[in-house]
Amino acid sequence: MASLKDIKKRIGTVKNTQQITKAMKMVSAAKLRRAQDAVTAARPYADKMHDVLSSLALRVDEEIHPLLEARGKGKALVVLVTGDRGLCGGFNTNISKAAERFIRENKEGFESYELLIVGRKGNDYLKRRAGMEIIKVHEHLVGSGQVSYPVGALLGQEVIEHYRSGGYDGVFLIYNAFQSAMTQVQTVTQLLPIVPKEVDENTHVAEYIYEPSATGVLDQILPKHIEVQIFRSLLESAASEHGARMTAMDSASKNASEMIGKLTLQYNRARQAAITKELMEIISGAESIK
Amino acid sequence: MAEKLRLDLVTPYKRVLSEEVDEVTAPGSIGEFGVLPDHTSLLTTLKVGELTYKQGNETFHVAVNWGYVEVEDNVMTVLVETAEPADEIDLERAKAALGRAEEALKTLSGDDKKFKVMEAALERAMIRVQVAGKNR
Repeated sequence: MASLKDIKKRIGTVKNTQQITKAMKMVSAAKLRRAQDAVTAARPYADKMHDVLSSLALRVDEEIHPLLEARGKGKALVVLVTGDRGLCGGFNTNISKAAERFIRENKEGFESYELLIVGRKGNDYLKRRAGMEIIKVHEHLVGSGQVSYPVGALLGQEVIEHYRSGGYDGVFLIYNAFQSAMTQVQTVTQLLPIVPKEVDENTHVAEYIYEPSATGVLDQILPKHIEVQIFRSLLESAASEHGARMTAMDSASKNASEMIGKLTLQYNRARQAAITKELMEIISGAESIK
Repeated sequence: MAEKLRLDLVTPYKRVLSEEVDEVTAPGSIGEFGVLPDHTSLLTTLKVGELTYKQGNETFHVAVNWGYVEVEDNVMTVLVETAEPADEIDLERAKAALGRAEEALKTLSGDDKKFKVMEAALERAMIRVQVAGKNR
């Protein structure tokens, strides 16, 4: 059995760990609230943008703009959004696995896939897997603060650049969508070419009036759309990460409390045993002098 | 014939408006245009400017930044980078921004990269000052 001193030391260590996990939980909770506000604020814009774009893709000829054109099924780019830091439960592993599965199962039927990864953790996981072609990794893109729009916009421009000149026929975006602090939904969306909205054949699709011209409008809107969708995925991912970390740290703190309880019990038992033993020694010592 | 038009005004940071209105006037990139209920489907880009809408006899003013508009089935969706209703604009701050932009423009030459940036800032500030104080 462990000595009193050993047990005491153990308790001290666990307490230290608990302090850290508790602090991390508080920090994540505070950050989560802000990230959550940001995500809920950004959703209407991104959703509307998506609506407008998909109804637009339905109306116009796809040849009108390179970003609308379906090009075939050659090489596809997968943009994977993960976190830079660990200690957030299965957050990073789950989304990386989802990306790996997406590529292995190949439901979309592309010949090959290449990855553009946001976040250190996704790269850590996927670089060790066979057959994963990683072309670029963005570490610490988001940082620990709020996601700002320019960050999303720059990444969006980079993706468009890849699509235009990198020989890709499709771009997919994989990220954790924020649902609640406890749950994240692994989401896969096709970013490019833009998927037209599904309508049944009877619906009459009215032609738009464009001002100044269809191409003029599309030239401005399409790149914007990609930026917005990427910005949104960064926000969603950031909120999810804070949520996941908060939950993970909460259960870690609980486990630590439980462990401290058990160790304290063990410590008290050992202490009592030691006292009893000493008493017995004193008594038997006293007896023997009589 | 529909009597009202639904106006949804959204920015990346929040949903600013979602109301039933009678008439909207928006700053299109090739000129201002008005939208009444039962307008045909339309898609156009906006420039920095002033968007006004009417509800009954009341008129409201909003300063908007770059964005675009979709009109379809009596729903007008305005997606802009920023939108500030007149009563939310801080006139003092807007004036200060206007002053700063003017100062900066005086010192910069026309081919400086910053010139364009400051020019845009000046435009935005001017619209803000113009719109501020129009409601009420």
